[in-house]
Amino acid sequence: MHPSGSPFGVQTAARPTAVAAHATDLTKVYGHGETQVVALDSVSVQFHQAQFTAIMGPSGSGKSTLMHCMAGLDTVSRGSARIGDTELTTLNDKKLTRLRRDKIGFIFQAFNLLPTLTALENITLPMDIAGRKPDQGWLDMVVETVGLSGRLKHRPNQLSGGQQQRVAVARALAGKPEIMFADEPTGNLDSRSGAEVLGFLRNSVRELGQTVVMVTHDPVAASYADRVVFLADGRIVDELHAPTADAVLDRMKRFDAKGRTS
Amino acid sequence: MFRTALRNVLAHKARLLMTVLAVMLGVAFVSGTLVFTNTISDAFQKSSEKGFTGVDVAVTPHKDSDNDKPGRAPKLTQTTLDTISKVPGAASVTGSVGGFAAIADKQGKLIGEGFGSTGANYYPGAGGKDPRYAMKTGHAPRNANEIALDAKTADRAGYKVGDTVRLSVDGPVLTPKVTGVFTTDDGNVAAGGSLVLFDTATAQKYYAKPGEFSEIDVKAAAGTSQTALKAAVDKVLPRDTESQTGQKLADDQASTIASGMSTMKTTLLTFAGIALFVGIFIIANTFTMLVAQRTKELALMRAVGASRRQVTRSILIEAFVVGAVAAVTGLLAGIGIGAGLRSLLGSTGATLPDGPLVVSPGTVVASLVVGIVVTMLAAWLPGRRAAKIPPVAAMSSVHAAASPRSLVVRNSIGAALTAIGAAIVLVGSEQGILALGAGLLLIGVFVLTPLLSRPLIAAAGPLLRPFGISGKLAQLNAVRNPRRTAATASALMIGLTLITGLTVIAGSTQQAIDKMATSAVRADYLVSMASGTPLSPDVSKKLSENSALSAVSPLRTTDTRIDGDHQSLTGVNGRSIADLTKLDFQSGSFAGLSGDKAVVDDKLAKDHGWKVGSAFTATMEDGQKARFTVSGVFKGNELMRGIMVDSTALAPHQSDIVDMQVLVKAKGGVSESAKDSIRKALGDNPAIAIKTKQDISNDIAKGINLMLNILYGLLAMAVVVAVLGVINTLAMSVFERSQEIGMLRAIGIDRSGIKWMVRLESLLISLFGGVLGIVLGVFFGWAGGRLIGKSLAGFELVLPWGRMALFLLLAALVGVLAALWPARRAAKLNMLTAIKAE
Repeated sequence: MHPSGSPFGVQTAARPTAVAAHATDLTKVYGHGETQVVALDSVSVQFHQAQFTAIMGPSGSGKSTLMHCMAGLDTVSRGSARIGDTELTTLNDKKLTRLRRDKIGFIFQAFNLLPTLTALENITLPMDIAGRKPDQGWLDMVVETVGLSGRLKHRPNQLSGGQQQRVAVARALAGKPEIMFADEPTGNLDSRSGAEVLGFLRNSVRELGQTVVMVTHDPVAASYADRVVFLADGRIVDELHAPTADAVLDRMKRFDAKGRTS
Repeated sequence: MFRTALRNVLAHKARLLMTVLAVMLGVAFVSGTLVFTNTISDAFQKSSEKGFTGVDVAVTPHKDSDNDKPGRAPKLTQTTLDTISKVPGAASVTGSVGGFAAIADKQGKLIGEGFGSTGANYYPGAGGKDPRYAMKTGHAPRNANEIALDAKTADRAGYKVGDTVRLSVDGPVLTPKVTGVFTTDDGNVAAGGSLVLFDTATAQKYYAKPGEFSEIDVKAAAGTSQTALKAAVDKVLPRDTESQTGQKLADDQASTIASGMSTMKTTLLTFAGIALFVGIFIIANTFTMLVAQRTKELALMRAVGASRRQVTRSILIEAFVVGAVAAVTGLLAGIGIGAGLRSLLGSTGATLPDGPLVVSPGTVVASLVVGIVVTMLAAWLPGRRAAKIPPVAAMSSVHAAASPRSLVVRNSIGAALTAIGAAIVLVGSEQGILALGAGLLLIGVFVLTPLLSRPLIAAAGPLLRPFGISGKLAQLNAVRNPRRTAATASALMIGLTLITGLTVIAGSTQQAIDKMATSAVRADYLVSMASGTPLSPDVSKKLSENSALSAVSPLRTTDTRIDGDHQSLTGVNGRSIADLTKLDFQSGSFAGLSGDKAVVDDKLAKDHGWKVGSAFTATMEDGQKARFTVSGVFKGNELMRGIMVDSTALAPHQSDIVDMQVLVKAKGGVSESAKDSIRKALGDNPAIAIKTKQDISNDIAKGINLMLNILYGLLAMAVVVAVLGVINTLAMSVFERSQEIGMLRAIGIDRSGIKWMVRLESLLISLFGGVLGIVLGVFFGWAGGRLIGKSLAGFELVLPWGRMALFLLLAALVGVLAALWPARRAAKLNMLTAIKAE
């Protein structure tokens, strides 16, 4: 089940190192006074274009919060979060919404498809919201890539969990976003479907040049990424490049041990 | 079990709010009606009892006696009175006559509405005083130029002792002087009417014959019971008179009032029932949604050992708690409404006697029972459905949306009911059968609404296109749960069906009556008493002497008996009637209507087998027989029907000549000067109404509009409840779809897009209900109109397009208003909590 190498490995080697998203001293505090919780504590991190980054950490480490703040879903207490050249912390709700719509793709744990729309309609939903015509060539390729060609007329409740999540991946890809955020995308899937979805995410980076940031607590899922960033107690504590599942698991075990002894 | 149910109610109080409000409104309507009608009825009864305190036995002419002189009531004479006063046990005897007496205010306008304008005699008994009327200032009237006025009326018009007033009894204007102002327990005065007192001789001249009374009241001496006195009085009574004890009279009046109030009560309760019925849809919707949302929880209860019956019961207990809360608050609100209505009426018309607010135990019990039973009844089906949730649903990780049950059975039943109902309405010709058909049709359409929702809402698609994705999603959401949409829309449909149906019938009726009033009459003016009481023949005499008028005819009625049946004859001016009316003669004509000639309407002609040239005999008022020959048969209508003869043919048989109306044609047609000249000829009489055909049309329109507005007001409650229903459904849907909405926000719909999505869904549901309601209403209006058309010539269906457009707009407004709060809520949903996996 381990990912096979990309046939376009040469291309990926020439990937540019421009930064797709950038956090600087990002701090997120919930509550006030006694009940105050610091979810992110001065986090600085860069997500490079055409790279697949996994954010890992034990629950409560702040990994989801980091993603939400970077994706413009949540507000920031201090510091800066940028998508490309756009500073998110200064945008109002309307502009943030437009940014999410035009520049960001989302994949959620609960597949979050609209049950009233067909698979195809779900895929083109962000474009429909924007009132834009989808790029037909790109759309065909995306649909082809995720293997949904025969099921475009089906409604979500006629699709399996894996197929639904593939629709969600296609939806995120269809708008050619600058960056895609995936929040535990395999959390509700069996291991085979999960592997499929992760394969698509990796292919979208390697073959289509997309940028993906994925939050997960599954070392196997993280092993599909080019780079793993480890979070604990709201801080970045480590990172790994070209990880294997074992290496990630090892690193995670060390956190656990540290957590127990400290 | 009870504790679990109570906890559930408390946990979902926000979601139950609209349901509670809906039930509360219905209950408030019921209890408000009961409190209001009981209070008014109680006050009227007390005031009428007071009016009979001085009367132990009352003697009146026996109206229905087997009299061979039709229409002529026997009178009570001074001799009768004197005889009665000598009966043992009679302490004092009062003779009274009375009737209509219009009094003008200082501007010359009639005081009051006409029907409450009364006149009577002051009957000085022992000590020269009439115990019924206590003089506040001045003295009682002693001759034809003096009157006394009740204090309320004197206050209202600003009259004092010494003022000269203008008044009218049956035509000519009188200008007597006010010599006294009095207070009285008289029921009519207590109810806001006016009372003018004349001296007995004058009153007898106006209302009876000199020396005659219309009623003799006897007061018992101490120690004599009413029944004993009645027995004694009965021994000396002349024939064709009868006596009643004061107690019996008071009881009779009380029961008359009670039956009058019960009609009003029934009407109001019917509308309260409609509001409650609409409420049932909301309650059922709410509990269905609550059960669906709690599938897991209920399955868990089943898994840990609760029986099906216990699950159903827990839902019913919740309904009981909700119903009880709503019923109690509704009862309190209703008591407030009852009190408010009374003071509202009091401040506008001041025609209600005073009395305490009556909240009877019956009111309390009825309100509580209605609120609780309706809620539990509506929650019963959802409760049974809850019991069918399998325990395994608790284990499955998927959000177990119950598999949508097939609508096939439902649609078949609905189609059958609709077809049968429509067939009955189309074929039926009797009121009862028609109502049955209408009921079946309405239920059939209810049952079919889920089926109808898809094509009808899809038809609105093109209109939604400008709204982009919000419009598309709204349309999909509106048909997502057809049952829910149907129940919500049905609630609005009921109100609009009734409103539209009534409007169609009222509009068509108005036009028919209007057409009749204007097409059957050629006269420029119709002169009558404002009160609808008869006119003195002086009026038609004076008008025929007026040179500005080209044709004048009275409509003079007299009771006769033909072939044993009562039949009234109308005496007209045979020479001018053809110029004043425009009747559709089937044979013969008005020509040469004089002597023994008579024209009859088609219905009578058919019943009696009369043709032009047939002869018939009528027993006249004075008992003599008169023979008439039919000289024309006309098509009867609401204004002109029966038998018309020349008034000179009636004169020898009539002792009291009275005219109901006088028809007048002016030489120059309708003009201010013609009207002025008529008014002047009649001495500027405040009690006489001079109306053109247009005035009559306007009066008809005004009357029908008033009635319609009252009905609109009563149905408004049902519409308000329906609005609550739409709010309820939307709020619940927003709650259920919060994860979806969060996702939509995340992938790029802004707040206003979400708001539009909810608003458009609301508009779609409301317009769906509105369109159904208007279509059904027109159909029922047409069916009801057919029934009316049978008895109302010239009736044809008039579709009030303007109003129908207005109703559709109203439905849209309902949609917009109902979406205000749910749309805001949806837009404010926190994206993060919404998209987090459960």
